Amino acid sequence: MSVLIYADTINGKVKKSSLEAIHYGSKVASLLGTNAVALVVNSSDNLAELGKYGAAKVLKVTNDKLNSFDPQLLTAAIAQAANSAGAKVVVFAHDSTGKSLASRLSARSKAGLVSGATSLPNIDGGNFILRKNVFSGKAYADINILTDEKVISLMPNSFPVVATDASAEVADFSADLSGITSTLVVKEVNRASASGVAPLPEAELVVSAGRGMKGPENWGMIEDLANVLGATTACSRPVADIGWRPHHEHVGQTGIAIRPNLYIAIGISGAIQHLAGVNQSKVIVVINKDPEAPFFKAADYGIVGDAFEIVPKLIEAFKTLKASNN
Amino acid sequence: MKILVCISKVPDTTTKISFVENDTKFNEDKVQFIVNPYDEWYALVRALEITEKSGGTVTIINVGSADNDQIIRKALAIGANDSVRIDGNSNESFYVASQIAEYAKTQGYDIVMTGKETIDYNGAEVGGMIAELMGVPYVSHASTLDVEGGKATMKRNIEGGYETVEVTGTFVVSCQKGMAEARIPNMRGIMAARTKPLTVVAPVNVAQLTSIKVFTLPPAKAAVKMISPDNVAELVNLLHTEAKVI
Repeated sequence: MSVLIYADTINGKVKKSSLEAIHYGSKVASLLGTNAVALVVNSSDNLAELGKYGAAKVLKVTNDKLNSFDPQLLTAAIAQAANSAGAKVVVFAHDSTGKSLASRLSARSKAGLVSGATSLPNIDGGNFILRKNVFSGKAYADINILTDEKVISLMPNSFPVVATDASAEVADFSADLSGITSTLVVKEVNRASASGVAPLPEAELVVSAGRGMKGPENWGMIEDLANVLGATTACSRPVADIGWRPHHEHVGQTGIAIRPNLYIAIGISGAIQHLAGVNQSKVIVVINKDPEAPFFKAADYGIVGDAFEIVPKLIEAFKTLKASNN
Repeated sequence: MKILVCISKVPDTTTKISFVENDTKFNEDKVQFIVNPYDEWYALVRALEITEKSGGTVTIINVGSADNDQIIRKALAIGANDSVRIDGNSNESFYVASQIAEYAKTQGYDIVMTGKETIDYNGAEVGGMIAELMGVPYVSHASTLDVEGGKATMKRNIEGGYETVEVTGTFVVSCQKGMAEARIPNMRGIMAARTKPLTVVAPVNVAQLTSIKVFTLPPAKAAVKMISPDNVAELVNLLHTEAKVI
């Protein structure tokens, strides 16, 4: 028996959300009295290092058919690895790859799935109960997986990574994909990788701005604030719709849902559709010149004032804090 | 081109959420139900655009009781040709996906379309499950879809960017913003929808994989702490010492 974690990579490097999944998977494994096994595809990284996050073993797959993301082929490879490792639980990060794979694997193995889980399983009395957000963050559901084999996709930023000095045993695993003909071809991967900044769903600190900024030319101060904090920038829907900011920055119901430790919203009124994407943030700061902005009701800290005056002051204050901590 | 569009019935976005039966069931009393917005605005409208341009049919499929006929008629009013309701009663993704896959396998659809997720259970599960059960490719979170000479090209959103993907043959795609613009049904569409076919199909037996134990509402949020615009340093201090997030 074991817990298998699919560790996704970008340019061969394991993603932060997958490191969280490994750490989480190792906790699930201890609950079940077994070991965590990580599965990594086509990576030249030093995979023994995944032991730091709790993997006892790493299965390393090298296969040209898996060079680009094809959920059909990759699910087959993961199912074979799960079988070989005797995995009762398979864990994914709940991101653009994990969502495709977890649902396919669940249907393939007839294994119950909880997607976007935010808790460890409660295994009292033979149950396997996980919590997830439902109704766009307006409620939680505790879901019991009834099947012997289980699939979990873990919400990013739900389980902080804790690293140790441990090292994992690395073994090659060969997946047999000869029986599957896929008609999917990835032609292009375009990732605007601002160097060193976490992509949005993984980001712990997010600075977001909306129509209150008046125009795209005023985003310099938003980026400066994000830089000082090491935060990722985001935006509201209208701003992405009129093309002031790229679509991949749009958070909210129709954009992406995030749950950073800190979400700073500048010049965003806080429509219910926006809140649906950010209401799981641990701390919300709202800066808006309208004291009636609905966002203040969902905020932890608020400042009523003009962004063009507050943001530069905020940048200076963060710089001062940083200097005093060094 | 034969397109199958999967729609789900969900409570309107602004619904106040509450539960009944010891918090094990969503309280449907006085709730306004709608077509899941991603299914309607993006999957359905794009399907219509494709068939309007290149010919073909758009079929709506929903899994649920006769209560759902109202939202199926709405989708027909927007422009779908016909509809199928599988007369099952479960909110579980695997149940819904199994019913749709079982039906779709026999009908020779070129594309099966879903929204990126439903706004009630937020699972993003059904599309991938249908694809696996049908043994076909799955493209999730697509923001464009174009079909030309038997080849479909999609952009799918990934963290911090996008991927361009091509597929030939039958496939499943989950749709999100960017695909199309919402359409409002006109009077002619609403009238026509009344007589468009709605076929009711008996469900197949599907094993239950999960069960909902209990729903909980989040604890009430503590009141917002307002900070004077003249004392921005105080905010930074609180984030550092009180909230401990920086």
